[in-house]
Amino acid sequence: MAASASPAGPEGAPQRPTHSLRSRLPALTAYLGVLPFLAYVGVFLIYPTLIVVVGSFEDNAGRPSLDNLRVVTQGVYREAFVRTIELSAASAVIGMVLGSLLAWAVSTARPDGVLRRGVNSACGVLAQFGGVTLAFAFIATFGITGLVTQFLRDNLNIDIYSGGVWLYDIPGLIFIYSYFQIPLMVIVFLPALDGLRPQWREAAASLGGTPWHYWRHVAGPILAPSFLGSGLLLFANAFSAYATAAALVSQGNPIVPLEIRAFLTSEVVLGQENVGKALGCTMIVVVTVVMGLYGLLLRRASRWLR
Amino acid sequence: MTGPPDLNPAPLTAAGAVPPHAGKRRGLPGRTLLRWAILLPLGAFFLLPLAAMVEFSTREENGRHDFRAWAAIGDTPELISAATTSLSLAGLTVAGMLVLLTPTLVWVRLRLPRLQRLLEFLCLLPLMIPAIVLVIGIAPIYTRVAQLLGDSPLTLAFIDIVLVLPFSYRAIDTGLAAIDLRTLTDAARSLGASGVTVLLRVVVPNIRGGLVGASFLAVALVLGEFTLASLLNFTNLQVEINMLGQTDAELSVAVSLAAILFAFTLLLAISFAGHRTKEGVSDGSP
Repeated sequence: MAASASPAGPEGAPQRPTHSLRSRLPALTAYLGVLPFLAYVGVFLIYPTLIVVVGSFEDNAGRPSLDNLRVVTQGVYREAFVRTIELSAASAVIGMVLGSLLAWAVSTARPDGVLRRGVNSACGVLAQFGGVTLAFAFIATFGITGLVTQFLRDNLNIDIYSGGVWLYDIPGLIFIYSYFQIPLMVIVFLPALDGLRPQWREAAASLGGTPWHYWRHVAGPILAPSFLGSGLLLFANAFSAYATAAALVSQGNPIVPLEIRAFLTSEVVLGQENVGKALGCTMIVVVTVVMGLYGLLLRRASRWLR
Repeated sequence: MTGPPDLNPAPLTAAGAVPPHAGKRRGLPGRTLLRWAILLPLGAFFLLPLAAMVEFSTREENGRHDFRAWAAIGDTPELISAATTSLSLAGLTVAGMLVLLTPTLVWVRLRLPRLQRLLEFLCLLPLMIPAIVLVIGIAPIYTRVAQLLGDSPLTLAFIDIVLVLPFSYRAIDTGLAAIDLRTLTDAARSLGASGVTVLLRVVVPNIRGGLVGASFLAVALVLGEFTLASLLNFTNLQVEINMLGQTDAELSVAVSLAAILFAFTLLLAISFAGHRTKEGVSDGSP
């Protein structure tokens, strides 16, 4: 539209600007409508993110530098990243396998029944409401004086901590994270299972296929992108989780979120302030890549399931 | 929370997206067996920690059980004030989220459809920036907020609104996608309604289910928020629970369980609210 206005003759110039301004005015006022939202998101989301991203490429004097990124890819930070990725991957795989089984069991129940509604709500709570309460729940269950620990020790003479107190380390975190990963898998994978049409099963059966054939050649390939995509979402979820680990692990910083906590709560990192930002920036990159792949797989999944 | 609304092409019945084959799934004993073989152990895994929390929170030193810790919830002023803070924060966050998001989403759908992708991207962005990372960048902004508005923990609402954006966006956007927004607003405008009237008396009642869902989710999320509050040195419910864990483990476990049960009740309420609106939508009348 703007292009069609420009080649007008010079004699048309005087009244053109007022005319085009008037015709653009509604469009401009339309943009005013989104201004409050953009301003809010700009101040409380974009600007803080820029502080982290820009800061990770600066030294303490504010000069451009790659030193921070070099630091976080070596030594203790590198080990923390490896452990965080292992923790996220392990809990994501557990969540994918057990969560999809649970989702299948729920998908065969009546859609408006008590089982489905209850499981859905419970999954919503457990997937979102983790954090501190979850850490305490597991301390009450599997802690040194926890219900299960005491029961096994007093009645069956089994000491679950004979090999060390694993609950407060990576194995414990994997175990506890699965308590919110499995419900999250149910939430994100259930719609895909619901998208399977009974006609496909009937078609497979009428062609002489067994349930195995159906799952191997029809449902499996259709669900595969949703399944893998959900797994990526679970990975990102575990990778960014902080509260559970923070409430559980008070000594040492085995995972990256806890390394960042050390930067935010202690003063001893003087001279290295921006290393914390570089850690954060690296986390953003990892999560963004994983979520990007999730988006791609989701688009692929929706091809059949609509 | 729930999937995209366009997953099921079958015409919406009053009961919502009931798959047409729902009644056919019986007479398969092997399948029922497998179902329970999955449900029972996983159910046990999920219920065990909850049961252990009941046992742990009622445990006394002499091996007996009583409800001292549960009674102490009401007698712990710090806990009451932290819970009040969290509930007030939840209220502020819901109000702010609704005021910020609802008009913007309606406006973009009607006037600036080209911005829809940008808006979606911005709303889902908090999923890509872990809260622990956001807190690094937001700390300097909060020193400024403290200068302007004081040091109240209620200022956490600003950041809580950002944290709930992805979930609220999905709920409200799904609600808007389910109605014929343009026809409704055009009809109302042609009858002389102002923009505010259209929003409050036509759009809002029609997407009530989405708004209720978005609000309850926001409440659950704010009540569970720990990362930003603890690292910005504000005391909310979760921060207080964490501190209590060091002095009175039974009490902290009792409060944890109470909070989980409260959130569960909230989400169960959503599932009923969502059910009701589906019938309302198929009514079609504002």
